[in-house]
Amino acid sequence: MRFTSFLENGKLTVALTGEIDHHCAKNYIQAITGKIEAYTPDICVLDFQDVTFVDSSGIAVVINALRNMTQIEGKLILTGICAQPMRVFRASGIDKIVEIKEAVS
Amino acid sequence: MKFDNFMILEFPSRSSNEAFARSAVACFAAQMDPTLEELGDIRTAVSEAVTNCIVHAYPNELGVITLRCRILKDNVLDIVIKDKGVGIPDIEQAMRPMFTTGGTDRSGMGFTIMESFMTTFELTSQPGKGTTVHMRRKIQKRK
Repeated sequence: MRFTSFLENGKLTVALTGEIDHHCAKNYIQAITGKIEAYTPDICVLDFQDVTFVDSSGIAVVINALRNMTQIEGKLILTGICAQPMRVFRASGIDKIVEIKEAVS
Repeated sequence: MKFDNFMILEFPSRSSNEAFARSAVACFAAQMDPTLEELGDIRTAVSEAVTNCIVHAYPNELGVITLRCRILKDNVLDIVIKDKGVGIPDIEQAMRPMFTTGGTDRSGMGFTIMESFMTTFELTSQPGKGTTVHMRRKIQKRK
């Protein structure tokens, strides 16, 4: 698991990388939850630009981030999603409950 | 059943083998000349099935997962993923979207994804004996 994050004017951006499966999902969930709890941002952006693969574990990562942001009355945005992750998000209906910006396809 | 090619893998239920299993199947399927989308769907479905074995079939121990792939006629990839774990007491419930007996790091969408990404999907399970996922994906011939 490797990710970078930065905070700017109440907007927390977390850039995820590589393949998100069950093997690393728990670490991502803990790391993102930790960042949201520490900074309580108004907006959290999960940047998927460098994510090459997700399975249903990736859905759990998004749902947990959504839950965390809803608790502090903030907003979650997904960005830069490539074709394979997008198919998984669409199949699960996550694209209907989370705002998606600048999806690659 | 006639088949053109096959491969069989056996590996322990370690989560580090999720990436190995889906990559191995993708490498094997490459000879069928799939599109990137078809390959992505196959990798995703395999990842879901293998993750289920690791999380649910063998919750407290390491067990063996068997993965068999065959190429059937008409460019159909046939995949069987089998464990000898705890089994699923209620298949209908297990397959319901959003249902999970896992924790908050699970989404309950694994079977939904396998079903929607593969051409056919079949689940058989016997409590105490194990679970078998049998799925097929037709690879379209490119013009």
